[in-house]
Amino acid sequence: MATDQLEDGSDEPDEFDDSDKTEAADEFDDADEFEFDYDDAGFAPGHRACSGCGPAIVARHVVDEAGENTIVVNPTGCMEVVSSPFPESAWGVSWIHNVFANAPGVASGVEAAYRSFSRRGREEFEDHEDVNFIVFAGDGATFDIGMRSLSGMFERGHDVLYVCYDNEAYMNTGVQRSGSTPPGAHTTTTPSGEYSTGEDAPKKDMPAIAAAHGVEYVATASISDPIDFRKKVSRGLEVDGPAYVQVLSPCPVGWGFDGSETIEMGELAVETGVYPIYEMEHGEVTSAKTVRDRKPVEAYLERQDRFSHLFGGDAGEETIEAIQAEIDAQAEDLGIDG
Amino acid sequence: MAREIMKGTDAVAKAVVSADPDVVSAYPITPQTGIVEGIADLAAQGAYDGEFLRIDSEFNAASSVIGASAAGARTFTATSSNGLKLMSEPLFTAAGMRLPLVLAVANRSISAPLSIWNDHTDAMAERDAGLVQLYAEDVQEAVDNTLIAFRVAEELKLPVMSNLDGFVLTHVQEPVDVPEPEAIEEFLPRYEPEHTLDPSDPKTMGAYARPEHWTETTYVPHEVLLQAGDAIERATAEFEDVFGRSYGDAGGLLDTYRLGDADVALVVLGSLAGTTKDAVDRAREDGIRVGVVRPRVFRPFPGEALREALGGVEAVGVLEKAISPGSGGPLTMELKAELYDLPDRPLVRNYVLGLAGRDVTVEDVREMSAELYADADVPPHQAPTEDREIWPQLREDILPEEVSH
Ligand SMILES: Cc1ncc(C[n+]2csc(CCOP(=O)(O)OP(=O)(O)O)c2C)c(N)n1
Ligand code: SF4
Repeated sequence: MATDQLEDGSDEPDEFDDSDKTEAADEFDDADEFEFDYDDAGFAPGHRACSGCGPAIVARHVVDEAGENTIVVNPTGCMEVVSSPFPESAWGVSWIHNVFANAPGVASGVEAAYRSFSRRGREEFEDHEDVNFIVFAGDGATFDIGMRSLSGMFERGHDVLYVCYDNEAYMNTGVQRSGSTPPGAHTTTTPSGEYSTGEDAPKKDMPAIAAAHGVEYVATASISDPIDFRKKVSRGLEVDGPAYVQVLSPCPVGWGFDGSETIEMGELAVETGVYPIYEMEHGEVTSAKTVRDRKPVEAYLERQDRFSHLFGGDAGEETIEAIQAEIDAQAEDLGIDG
Repeated sequence: MAREIMKGTDAVAKAVVSADPDVVSAYPITPQTGIVEGIADLAAQGAYDGEFLRIDSEFNAASSVIGASAAGARTFTATSSNGLKLMSEPLFTAAGMRLPLVLAVANRSISAPLSIWNDHTDAMAERDAGLVQLYAEDVQEAVDNTLIAFRVAEELKLPVMSNLDGFVLTHVQEPVDVPEPEAIEEFLPRYEPEHTLDPSDPKTMGAYARPEHWTETTYVPHEVLLQAGDAIERATAEFEDVFGRSYGDAGGLLDTYRLGDADVALVVLGSLAGTTKDAVDRAREDGIRVGVVRPRVFRPFPGEALREALGGVEAVGVLEKAISPGSGGPLTMELKAELYDLPDRPLVRNYVLGLAGRDVTVEDVREMSAELYADADVPPHQAPTEDREIWPQLREDILPEEVSH
């Protein structure tokens, strides 16, 4: 939740109106695939996320795919704040938040406790042999402040699926840059101006960092392809040890687009090659989603306020060219052009 | 129960293992390291079958015991000095989340300058985290406090820090009774957590609270801590029943020595009490009626017990191995606040000494007792301000000019 939303004191959730959902669902032939059962939801509506919030949609997919036998660890960030305003909670699975930097450390302890219980034959925990331990964390918590904690969790081989919902900035504190913010993006700490075209550092290659730890399964995904994403969640949970799935989760507030376009934004990121979708097993890329007739990056950039300063000036043009060159090189590396 | 000559860290490691925690997670730092190594050794020999996490930092040691505790595990970690600072952010959440973790702190000064030696500046800087804080005088007490810590933590659903002086206790060899696991079962039955992250009964833990709730979630640990004296009293009384060792006066909150007829009292924490008691014996030979009060517990602050113990003396010297820069010794400040309401409050003098391992001798303390005794009849409001805080060991010759006087 961006800070201004907090400040305007949106205290009580609107009552959930089921008719909207049914109408919307009717529009899609394959809507059954994504229909959520709210009575028994792992992540229920009524949370405080902005409308069209990508990470909130991702949260639903993650817990719906994982099912009941799940414990989620959530660091500080938008998803923690919008989902757990005491005394309410959107979480239908067991869930814990501690601080911003330590979700992997906390998850290590939770998982170790269950390993200890099972070794020691604690009857009350016997049904829980196959608990899904999931960290659900923003890019800031993952790429930056929680990196040490994550590195340790990977290295020790805890059986935890780490899902990073990547909205490419610190949204909870009002859109500051993170290690995941793409070049050219305007944020409140990389503001565009006469001497600046926004973020000037490349996006940190977090999947490669995870893979370099020997993590057996690493994948990227986009919210625009929930079937693919959910398969990856499932695969990550099957792995006996840590797994890392990073999913592009557009944020209408931080990126500056209409809340009805979230999925489209994810789609464009894939179609332009900005966000390549691939899997790595044992450190090798084993599958990459082919992009036919890859669109120029402008098609993605021009739709978001965070890049609007790049249009209509020489410096912006150069930046766009550099971004395009970077995408082309990456596409070639991964062999995604079809 | 076997009595063995043991090093402090080994003895604490044994005590921890005998309490049978489900998860231990700790990171080495001098002078605590021997505790983690001891537990690792016992695990390697098959004497410990819980999970032992070779964690990557103190930050994650605290984080992982928080996770494990939330899952329903009995947990332990240990640290010291800068490691405790690295734990500080997650530790501050443990009381609000009502998680009964136990951590041993081998007390050590904090950089800068870098120093590995003992004082209490590390623990004092965490005094607002909502942790119970116990202090041990000798290795036996450090061992026993470890067990008492688990009992109290689990009963109160609060984190407990068991302090033992670095080197002075961690690295000495003393004869110690390390309780056997069978005896411990009676004193410390298996932890039955009330709320856990049980997936079949979903919970939300560590939620986000707005102004209409935050005050209350903070009031609760404060109140529970204020009333924790009862739990500590029960634990120490039962400890005595089971193991035959008694911990002091006022329900285990204080230990007093030759206080009955004393005109002045010295207040100390931890192992400095040994030296102080010897010094008091000497001073008594000179006809100086001085006694010792050693709080065993700093959180909850044993205010009432201290008021009672010190109500009859004319002057109090607090021998403190800590400083809150810009204010004074933290124990002294809190003690003064506690004595303020007394109709005849004693003179209170703060001696800041023993910082970062500077040796405090019996002779030093004997001299302090004599001075304090001589000034005992000065009413507190007439005591010169500069006498309220004294740094008896300060080396004026190596101070920069701006602060030397
Ligand atoms: C130690 C610490 N530093 C800073 C913060 C402030 N803070 C809270 S959430 C957050 C950003 C979260 O960003 P991200 O992980 O990307 O998640 P998002 O908000 O985008 O969901 C920051 C900077 C904090 N809570 N703790
Ligand atoms: S991620 Fe963006 S859309 Fe979602 S709650 Fe935060 S600011 Fe709102």
